[in-house]
Amino acid sequence: MARAHLADPHMKKTAKGEERIETAEIDATNMETKELNDRLRDLMLSGVQKIALRNVCGQRYIGTRLYNQERRKVEIEIFGTPGNDLAAFLFGHKIIVHGNAQDGVGNTMDDGEVVIEGRAGDVLGFSMRGGKIFVRESVGYRTALHMKEYEDKRPVLVIGGTSQDFLGEYMAGGIVILLGLGGKSHKGNFLGTGMHGGVIYLRGRVDKSQVGSQVEISSLDGADREIVDHYVSEFIERFPELGLNKEEILKDEFMRLSPRSKRPYGKLYAY
Amino acid sequence: MKSFVFPEFHIIRDEAKCGQCRGCERQCAFGTHTYDPVQDRLISDDYKCAGCQRCVIFCPKDAIEVRPTQSPYRQNASWSREKMEDLKKQAETGGVILTGCGNDKPFRIYWDHIVLNASQVTNPSIDPLREPMELRTFLGAKPDFMDIKSEGDSVQIETKLSPNLTVETPILFSAMSYGAISYNAFRSLATAACKSGTFFNTGEGGLPMEMREQFGKCAIVQVASGRFGIDAEYLNCAAAVEIKVGQGAKPGIGGHLPGEKVSAEVAATRMIPTGTDAISPAPHHDIYSIEDLSMLIYALKEATNYEKPISVKIAAVHNFAAIASGIVRAGADIIAIDGLRGGTGAAPKVIRDNVGIPIELAISSLDGRLRKEGIRNRCSIIAAGGIRCSADVIKAIALGADAVYIGSAALIAMGCNLCQKCYTGKCNWGICTQDPRLSGRLNVDIASLRLSNLICAWSHEISEMLGGMGINALESLRGNRDHLRGVGLYEWELEVLGIKGAGE
Repeated sequence: MARAHLADPHMKKTAKGEERIETAEIDATNMETKELNDRLRDLMLSGVQKIALRNVCGQRYIGTRLYNQERRKVEIEIFGTPGNDLAAFLFGHKIIVHGNAQDGVGNTMDDGEVVIEGRAGDVLGFSMRGGKIFVRESVGYRTALHMKEYEDKRPVLVIGGTSQDFLGEYMAGGIVILLGLGGKSHKGNFLGTGMHGGVIYLRGRVDKSQVGSQVEISSLDGADREIVDHYVSEFIERFPELGLNKEEILKDEFMRLSPRSKRPYGKLYAY
Repeated sequence: MKSFVFPEFHIIRDEAKCGQCRGCERQCAFGTHTYDPVQDRLISDDYKCAGCQRCVIFCPKDAIEVRPTQSPYRQNASWSREKMEDLKKQAETGGVILTGCGNDKPFRIYWDHIVLNASQVTNPSIDPLREPMELRTFLGAKPDFMDIKSEGDSVQIETKLSPNLTVETPILFSAMSYGAISYNAFRSLATAACKSGTFFNTGEGGLPMEMREQFGKCAIVQVASGRFGIDAEYLNCAAAVEIKVGQGAKPGIGGHLPGEKVSAEVAATRMIPTGTDAISPAPHHDIYSIEDLSMLIYALKEATNYEKPISVKIAAVHNFAAIASGIVRAGADIIAIDGLRGGTGAAPKVIRDNVGIPIELAISSLDGRLRKEGIRNRCSIIAAGGIRCSADVIKAIALGADAVYIGSAALIAMGCNLCQKCYTGKCNWGICTQDPRLSGRLNVDIASLRLSNLICAWSHEISEMLGGMGINALESLRGNRDHLRGVGLYEWELEVLGIKGAGE
């Protein structure tokens, strides 16, 4: 069954002249993961820049097979619920999910952006090393686990609601922001266990008993406020349907979770 | 606090030969030798000596000898010197005892209790110098059935084949990361692998950008629990991808690359800040079940467009064969098993010396299990941990492995003397260090030549042994345990190994 087709090329005038944005659509009804990703890859290689996936239901690894040496980038819109490992190893592409996402979103993601208009499951942003993920609502367990950074390559995770236990476990870099919108309180435990890099900003409060022993809780300084301000603006831009007011969000109390040491296990050994 | 630990080595300097050139002082990163200008002589501190023999080999006058010291304690079979001194070190520091290299305890080495067959009179032996001998091995899943279409002279395979690695000889370099070992050591392994038609394994420290184009084709890149330096380009430039679940030297625990070893270059390759500890958690936190493992296997297949075999490396532990069966069913194309004597750059000694099972037993129980379940063709087995010579390789293959990984053997070829101080980062041989002054000592051209010589020599020996058995292709020896006999083994050991006793 051939379900993928090129939509009418959409013509767009720009200041520089005529630029064509190729768009396409795939109906994923009853489609196996591999077949869907085969088609996505073929479309990307044929020069399509925007792809809409309709009736997605549990297909895994969407966006994973889009590595290409020419560094082509595509934008994917997903209607439905994508399966596990959405955007795993993502290579700079952009993915918007009009719905919820399952486990493993952005696993070892390298670059690009994922926007989820709903909830996400467990292990979101595991070992993520670049790019941004925005989740409108809450997320599951083990979020931002072992996220890392190198120089200016700094992954960012902005979550509208809150998270379950083990947020930022072994975290080695990057920025996580939990907005606790809708009055959601942060009930997760073991936050930042083994954390040795990066930073977590929470709107609202967490108790000392909820965080790992390697974590320091502090208030935000000027530089922190600038970071939070910047990413809250980006969050609001991505979810205009929420009708959020930036000043309202920022005027509330935020907490900063950061590692006490870059080397939490440095003194464990006899030499 | 005064240390109550005795020196492990005694340095004897022949004052008549010593020319006070201070070469030994420069060679030793542990600071063992110092020059005393008043006496115009070199003074050696036995307490600092690691026993790496660097100064002995590089003394231009052959004036130094480094000997292990005898135990100063009253003989005691229970309280050995090692037990007493480890205990003292812990009493003095309160820390976990770290070590490097593989398990050095006298567990039975089954290789040394297995003998090979040879042809006599019937089924004549083959002379590999005159007749072709096939050592080439394909690593990866093989189909259950093969549909072939033949028209006239042309034969075509109709079945879609899984990607396989082609190795010219069944010896691959085991996973040793850039970070644990020096850049020069890492590059030497890569260079020798490419030259010898085999593969090196990057370990979990990534593959430096500038090496990807030239050496990617002979690299097996690793994805471990720390996920260091992993991006789509890293995965796609390689010949195969390996998920590291466990390591023979330290099954069940993760790894810490200490911040001292995370130089600017190591940091760039791993994509973490300079000087931070690179922590690999004990489990992959996205893998808590065979189903989760399958998800990562297929994520990697997706990320590499189904073009590369995916290997899963586990440590040989109790009941691992059942787990391995799950791993095959989860979609792995290769299983690498690492035995009790597998090496490491750093591991708690108590783990290294007490956890895991010998590789010889592991190979045969894994091969046996997969055969019994009818899925042996769906994956290749690479055996690792304690392969010391070509005879070990050929015995591993006869027990059921497809190929072997060598780690310690490769390091010894480059100059390592197994002093077990890898974790200090002060390797005087320039192998296991990030100190540019030390790593510069390892010349890539020479070290890679030593490695490719080793592969060449072992391959010749394997051909000789195969020929002696009357076999002209390694393929015919795989899992062919009739060519093995045990000497001095208990019945249960013969049973697990699946071999008969000698003379039977």
